[in-house]
Amino acid sequence: MNSQAILPQTTPAAAMIRTLGLIAAICGLIIVAAYQGTYDAVQENKRIAVERAVFKVIPAAKSIVEYSALPAGGVEKIAAGATAPAGALKFYAGYDAGGELAGIAAEGAAKGYADTVRILFAYDLATSSISAFSVVAMRETPGIGDKILVDKDFLANFPLEAKVSTDLKALANAIVTVKHGSKTKPWEVDAISGATITSRAVGKAINDAAQALLPRVAPNLDKLKEKS
Amino acid sequence: MSQSPGKMSARNWDEFMEGIWRQNPVFVMVLGMCPTLAVTVSGVNALSMGLATTFVLVCSCGLVSLLRKLIPKEVRIATYIVIIATFVTVVDYVIQAVSLALYDALGAFIQLIVVNCIILGRAEAHASKNPPMAAMTNALGMGVGFTIGLLALGTVREILGAGSLFGISLFGADFQPWVIMVLPPGGFFVLGAWLLFFAALERRKQRKLAEATQNA
Amino acid sequence: MHESAAYIFVNALLANNFVLAMFLGLCPFLGVSGKLDTAFPMGVATTFVMLVASLCAYGLNLLLTAFQLEFLRLISYIVIIASSVQLVEMVLKKYSPALFRALGIYLPLITTNCAVLGVALFQTAREYDFVQSMAFSFGGGAGFTLALVLMASVRERLQLSDVPSVAQGTALSLMLAGILSLAFMGFAGLGG
Repeated sequence: MNSQAILPQTTPAAAMIRTLGLIAAICGLIIVAAYQGTYDAVQENKRIAVERAVFKVIPAAKSIVEYSALPAGGVEKIAAGATAPAGALKFYAGYDAGGELAGIAAEGAAKGYADTVRILFAYDLATSSISAFSVVAMRETPGIGDKILVDKDFLANFPLEAKVSTDLKALANAIVTVKHGSKTKPWEVDAISGATITSRAVGKAINDAAQALLPRVAPNLDKLKEKS
Repeated sequence: MSQSPGKMSARNWDEFMEGIWRQNPVFVMVLGMCPTLAVTVSGVNALSMGLATTFVLVCSCGLVSLLRKLIPKEVRIATYIVIIATFVTVVDYVIQAVSLALYDALGAFIQLIVVNCIILGRAEAHASKNPPMAAMTNALGMGVGFTIGLLALGTVREILGAGSLFGISLFGADFQPWVIMVLPPGGFFVLGAWLLFFAALERRKQRKLAEATQNA
Repeated sequence: MHESAAYIFVNALLANNFVLAMFLGLCPFLGVSGKLDTAFPMGVATTFVMLVASLCAYGLNLLLTAFQLEFLRLISYIVIIASSVQLVEMVLKKYSPALFRALGIYLPLITTNCAVLGVALFQTAREYDFVQSMAFSFGGGAGFTLALVLMASVRERLQLSDVPSVAQGTALSLMLAGILSLAFMGFAGLGG
């Protein structure tokens, strides 16, 4: 039996700080290396995903230009890789093979049954209507919520009227989802019977995004018409 | 200190197999439940999550083991967590670079690998006390065991809840999927069922053992 | 998104309950829900940590985005959470040593509770503003406590029932959780 008590060894503060600093440096290096190493691949993946989604909702489009609708009014092209200015709304202008404007597309999101439903919708400026939409991400119940992708009656809601009001402050008529079978106006979305929550999410996503974006885009049609 | 090569590899094999059966993280230790139930709605998701977790496990345990003599006792848990978070960030970016669709499917649970009790548990219980080779072998075994557990859940839920396996439709278009299986309650039920199954197996083994010793 | 704080609160509490619908916080849910007396304080402690974590995550996110250091998000969140738990431990030890002892090992384990990190990650992903984040974390914590208390109550009663020994233990808890989860699915669409 030892006559001397064995004291627990506490690490001196200096040694602790030195070691922790070393570990922080190693970890920081690893993270930055991973971030830089994958940056290009990730950006490319995102670009391809956006392109595929926009081509899906604007079938006539052959090329895309990214724009931002500024809060003060006016639209500005976003250069590749640049970030949009604060308060600006991002949208995509799709041009056909001849360089003519085929339509614009923008993202919208709303809470669905399980989590956020993110959609991309296309707006046809000639007819002032939402021509189509596609789902970017959703976690709705398979077989129920995901019927929004295939249900014929739901898809027949589009083209959906979305005229901007005369004072250019909002939509003339808010897009709203109504109970299955009770659609009377061209700006109403007829819900899928048994999948009301997800249907309402789509309607709300489109409405919220359109109310904010379209009044800013409408006065700038001429700037968008020609592919710059 | 030298060990004969045969003994070394036997010990390594033991380390590896520990996580697969005896101490399987999913069925025995019942750790890392959150991703286990959330992500296993399909075989592909289960496999991807398992591989991602295994990667983080092996790398974290490796680094912890390498630095084990340097890490101050008082802040060891925080240090382990920082190391684990580093590798989870790496995995996060790698998955984004490989497939955005997979990244969306796994969602927040990739980043939640950080708080997976298995990794912290292994780092504290094993990697901090063993040399890198042993630590990483054990971590690999745990990771593989975890992946097997995830796959057991994912495949059952996918077959019953979507009528497919790894995306390949099994029963044709007329199959009425048991949708609840791919929803949260289904996750609980299927895991409960697996645990019940293993408990019954264990009971049978014990009974046979008891009979054998009685008859001997 | 423009959801009201009240909707977010009710949603996180019931329809998208953190434990029963989003699978966050399962380890303590299965581990601590044996007795009602430990389940409730655990829930409250976790809720408090979630509120603190949510607050810090909101501030951290603003800082990181301003300096374009998003890749440090995960690591900074987890460090903040570990520190918050440490803080809660110290406060409890000083002002309520009995509770500190009762919770025992489960208090530091709040650090690895997916629900706490989950709150921070989800509120960032959904781009909630300050009020929405607070409602979200409070609702999430309350939902976690609710699920824990429900589970503990049922499990206490089950101890007096005749359950086949094969099913006892975690398998039974999981089946219970499944039934609870099924029941909570009935809250879908509440408030929305």
